[in-house]
This record gives sequence, structure tokens and C-alpha cells, in this order.
Amino acid sequence: MPYPPHFDAALESVAATRNFRKGQEIKRLSDEERTALIADYHPDYRSEGMAPLALGANKGGRVPVELKKMLEAYSLFQPLNINLTEPDYTTDILVVGGGGAGCAAALTANDLGARVLMVTKLRLGDANTLMAEGGICSAVRPEDNPYMHYLDTIGGGHYTNIPELVKALVMDGPEIASWLMDMGVMFDYEEDGSLKVNHCGGHSRKRMLSCKDLTGLELMRVMRDELRDREIPYLEFTPVADLLLDEDGRCAGAVLYNMETGEFNIIKAKAVILASGGIGRLHIQGFPTTNHYGATADGLAVAYRAGAELIHMDSIQYHPTGTVWPEQLLGQLITEVMRGHGAHLVNVEGNRFINELECRDTCASACIRECTKNELGIKTPTGMEGVWLDTPLIPDIQKHFVGIYQRFKKYDIDIQHEPILVFPTQHYQNGGLAINPQAETSVKMLYAAGEVAGGIQGKNRLAGNSLLDIFVYGRRAARSAFEQLKSVETNGNLTAGHLLKWQESLQELGVPKEQQSPIFLPDYTPAGKG
Amino acid sequence: MAEKIPIYYLGKKHLVPEGVTIMSAIEYSGHRLIRGCGCRGGFCGACATVYRVPGNHQIKVGLACQTRVEEGMDIAILPYYPAQKKISDFKPGDDPVPVLNKMYPEMFRCLGCGACTKICPQDLAVMDYIAEAQRGNLDAVAEMSFDCVMCGLCASRCLAQMVPYNIAMAARRFYAAVFLPRPDYVKGRIAEVKEGRYDKEIDSLVSRPKEELQKLYETRDIECI
Repeated sequence: MPYPPHFDAALESVAATRNFRKGQEIKRLSDEERTALIADYHPDYRSEGMAPLALGANKGGRVPVELKKMLEAYSLFQPLNINLTEPDYTTDILVVGGGGAGCAAALTANDLGARVLMVTKLRLGDANTLMAEGGICSAVRPEDNPYMHYLDTIGGGHYTNIPELVKALVMDGPEIASWLMDMGVMFDYEEDGSLKVNHCGGHSRKRMLSCKDLTGLELMRVMRDELRDREIPYLEFTPVADLLLDEDGRCAGAVLYNMETGEFNIIKAKAVILASGGIGRLHIQGFPTTNHYGATADGLAVAYRAGAELIHMDSIQYHPTGTVWPEQLLGQLITEVMRGHGAHLVNVEGNRFINELECRDTCASACIRECTKNELGIKTPTGMEGVWLDTPLIPDIQKHFVGIYQRFKKYDIDIQHEPILVFPTQHYQNGGLAINPQAETSVKMLYAAGEVAGGIQGKNRLAGNSLLDIFVYGRRAARSAFEQLKSVETNGNLTAGHLLKWQESLQELGVPKEQQSPIFLPDYTPAGKG
Repeated sequence: MAEKIPIYYLGKKHLVPEGVTIMSAIEYSGHRLIRGCGCRGGFCGACATVYRVPGNHQIKVGLACQTRVEEGMDIAILPYYPAQKKISDFKPGDDPVPVLNKMYPEMFRCLGCGACTKICPQDLAVMDYIAEAQRGNLDAVAEMSFDCVMCGLCASRCLAQMVPYNIAMAARRFYAAVFLPRPDYVKGRIAEVKEGRYDKEIDSLVSRPKEELQKLYETRDIECI
């Protein structure tokens, strides 16, 4: 499906201004202008999209309405009926989630000699990590340093990040890069043997290390292979339906759900590391998403019922450049590195409207303004709207962005000569479970790492910082869990008392019985779509 | 609404909108996928699909999330295919050929039939990278196999019964861990961090009020593209 004739005029405008734009400087916004733009156009600021929580550790706090339904929900099983005395599995450390953070945690715990079991909802590695295109930021070059990485990250997060978490992030960065190289990750290099580094939004230095435009795939393949090399046990298609506590209120296991047989199983563990990822498949405010099939906020739901605190859960990241056309690729990510390589954002008249290296929330808000108030978006025959990402500005695009080039070629769109139609797409949950630099949540022996954790990135994450975050906090979680294991002599009996109490509170609030979570997967059948 | 066309999913006929992906069509037909679906973006290889179209004897393949439906196509998603994976065993100084031979000796039984290359949904020259692996050209294997999503289709077709994607995986890791450059500055930076070279500077930022941070942020110098 190449661009229909409908797009001809808009395609001509973008081609006509291309040469002029090459020399055009667009000033970055002042802090005031940026704040105003975001407040006016960012989806987080639409009042109908958020609602306060009626119970739990963050009672009164605002969260997206779609998430509220997951948090204020009953367990999938009747807590009274579940037998906790004969666990089906026992382990030292239970790692929940088989993406980047989970694998980093499992490998690190295994290094330390802990007994680890990983459970994951889909296949090992089928996670958002694997879908990351651009790269991982780490201040390793002589021209760069952790100080600048800190400043960029906290400024990009509008000073809402937890400072100690940012410090750990940037200081661990170089060691993480080296750890990945040791494991055999194929990073990109310049001919002189230095690491290839890319620019991306909000970073003041070129610090994004890449593996072509399939960085996440390469990282995930290597970690998965290493996990198999070490024969670390893992259970696929087995997500967590609830967390279990011991009589002292420490996290001490979980109720697992076998998605293929419908069975519930009990696992007893001395520590639990939640690395269960994000929220995109809840389709917040109806947005399409870049996320994988299983991103349904399970970790937030089960941890919240177990008493864990959330942070910044009113903050969702919309990636400015999600695909709009062809419709089959709707919402799929076009890496920010394209803008780092000079691709412009252009409206229907062929004009730029924002400095493309502004942060994601700023660029996304500008794209939304262009398509709403300014009425300068490009409309598709199917009623969607977007702006151009002018890819022909990038030399040798078919070589540097082979994945994206191929994906569009299948639909007869040649991004060497034609721009891509884009609009913001739900990409990342900025908030999550509150943690400290040891990756501890507010529930004892419950750790969180990766997208399910919050506070590190503040209310706006910079590109390349999440691939770093998953490894930094995955490794930290494993180390602190292992450290704490020594002090957990024997944890007492498992209880589901917190789930019973939760159930009572929901009943008092009049929450309907059908409101259960986690949902594990979205339902895209006609019946599920309603 | 788009025109409806017939497709056959596991032999059963369904009418689905023209132009949608195989994955959307299966869901449109009322099936809620558990296996055979992962990232939905063409990266994970969970939805390797084989199909035939009327009037053509050839078996065709694609990722269900990336391939559009065709009229009358007969579809099965391959949810799993057994594979052998050996434990990685290489270190600096090792010669590639004996290492790969020890891990995957079946590699040398390639019959040159090209079925692997023909079936690869990523259009990789699978048979050719196996030939490069036989010669120990790790860099070539690494480059040629880089886009592999490990969907398993090559392994399902191989007459020599090898698992090409795991051989490529071993070659890429071996190549990256042992032969790619390791710039000194990475080691240097790690040492600096360990020695506490940045502690004072960063702690001064950690404790700084927002207004001051903002000033530092707004006036920081930005490296050119």
C-alpha cells in the first residue's frame, strides 16, 4: 500500500521545502515555552484521562483511568480457597518477567550463587526490551561524563526524578556497557575502533551506543543465550496473578497462572524481583502503542494490592514518532535516532514547527498541536492524522536503518525518497513502583527493576535511558536481594491475608466483582473490542 | 469498511477485511492468541507463519504481524519448533572453525539446498552465512545474520537438521566478545567512577535546588550533530 494519491500535494510540499530546511535553525524552547506547550497539548494534562485512586498506598493520587481499573480490582482467584501450605515451587529469588531487566537480575543473582527461578508471560525475551531500536546511553566517551548525563536526565525529567536514582543510573552506565560487551553484544563501531555514538533528544552529548537499528533485539538475543548457557530455569506463559507475603509482611512468593492450562500454582521465594514491564496494551486514552502484546500493567496491579507505593503514575510517555501510515504499522516505533541524524518534523505546508532534538514530551506535544489547534496535519483517507518525518534528509538511510527501511519497503514506501507519516504513540510508563537505589520497593523483600519501577526517569524519559535503566536496576535488585537473603533466616508461612483485606475494601467501595486484574493480554477479537 | 476476503486459518474459512495483517485477521476471526504472538512489531519471531495461496504449489512464509492477507490463503502459525542449543564455549585466542565445529558439527553437513534461505522471512542468506561459518569468517556471519529474529523456520526446513539461527547466534557472540575492539576509554571511565572521580560533582547536583539545576541545564553546552 504505497501512499495513496490523496497524499500527493502534501508530499510535494515536503519535497519543495527540503533544501531550504537543511540550512534552517530552529531555536530550542525556553523552559517557560516548553512548560506551556506541554500543559496545553500533552495527553497527561487532559483532565478526563486521569482519576484519583480510592484505596491503597497512593489513595487520592491520580492515575490514568485505564490503570485505575487494574489497580482497584479483585484477584483472579478466591483468596480463601487457595492452598498455600504446599508450594509447587520454591526458590531463593523469584524473577518476574523475561525482558531485559528480568534477565539482568537473573544473570546477576546467578553470578552471586543464588537459586533463581524466572517466570514470564510470553516466551523468554518477548518484551519491550527486544523492540528497542535506537540504543543505550552510557557516558563512556572522553568528550562525555556522568555529570553531563545526570544533568541531561534530570533536566529532561523536568527535575521530578529522584536524584539518588539518577546518580546510580549514570554512574553504573559505563560498567553496564562493559558487561554487555563481555557477554558478546555486537555494538556499532567507527573505523578507528571507537564506539559509534548517536545523538538523541535531550542529551547534550552523543552517548547512545547502538547495534544498528535493532539494539534491543541484539541485547535480548545475547542475554537470552547467556541465560540458557547457564541453565537458569524459567517458566514461559506463566505470569504472576498475585504476590504472597509471609506473616511478617515480607514478600515471600507468588501465585502463578499457567496461561495454557488455566492452573494456578504457588511459588515460595525468599525475595521477589518484579521486572514485569509496562502498560501500553491498556491503550491509555485510546492511543496506539509501540509496546509488545503483554504490556498490561500486571506488576503494578499485584504489587499495589500487596501494599507497594507508586510514584509518578500520572505520567505516560508518548513517543513523538509512531507510524500512522500504512495502517498495518499503526503506532509502531520510528526511532528517535532518525531525528538525531537530521530528519525533520514537517507539517502539511512543508514547514518545521519544533527543534527535533527537544525532549519527547515536547516534540509529542508539538505534533499534537500541529494536528489539532494549528490544523496543519496531514489527514489519511481512514480518518487518522499525522505530520511528516522527513527521512530523505538522512544519507544512506537504507544502511543505517535497515529494519525500518525494510518494514516500509514491504508496503511500497521507499523512505530514501519519501517521508514517513507519524503521530505520537504510547511508548513508556514514566512512573511505576517507588524504589530506592537498592531497587527496594516499600514492601520488604520485594524489588522492582525496569519499566515497572518509577522515579528514575522523572516525568519524561530521555531516549536510550531505559535500556540503561533496566540493566542498572536489574543488577542492583539482584545484588540487594542476595545481600538481604542472608538475613532472612526462614520466612514464616505464606499468607494471602492482604488479598482478603483488599477484597473487603473493594466490596465496601462497591467495586463490581467482574473488575479483576491482571488481564495478562489485551483482547483484540470482535467480542473483546465490544 | 474494507472489502472482505476469504482466508483459511488452520483449515477453517473466515471472511476478513482486505489488507489487514495475518495476525489482525486471525484476531478478527475471533481467536485470542496466546502462543504465536509476541511483540507485534516484527522483532521477536514468535509469529512465524507458513501458508499457501490457491493455484501455487509453493509454501510461503512471513511473520503474521508483518504480512498482509491474500485471498484464499491457507495459514498456520508455527508456535514452537524444537531446537538444539549448545553451551557457548569460546575465549580470546580461539580459532573460530574448531570452536564452531565442536559446538555444532552438523554445520558441515550442509547439502547446499538453499531451503533455509528460501524460507527466511527476514530475507537472510542463511545458506551463505552457514558457508561463511564453515570457513570461520565470523565477521561475515555476524553481518549476514544480524537481522535474524530466531523464528525457527530455517531449522524447520534444514535437510542437514541443523539449527542455523543458533549457529549464527554463537558466531555473533564469539565475534563480538573476542574480536570487536574494546576502546580503552571505557575501562578508563569505569576506573574513574570507581575511584570516586565524579562523586563530588554529582553529589553537588543531587543536593541542588531546582532553580539552580535549571540554570545549569539551560546553559549547558550541547555537542553538534
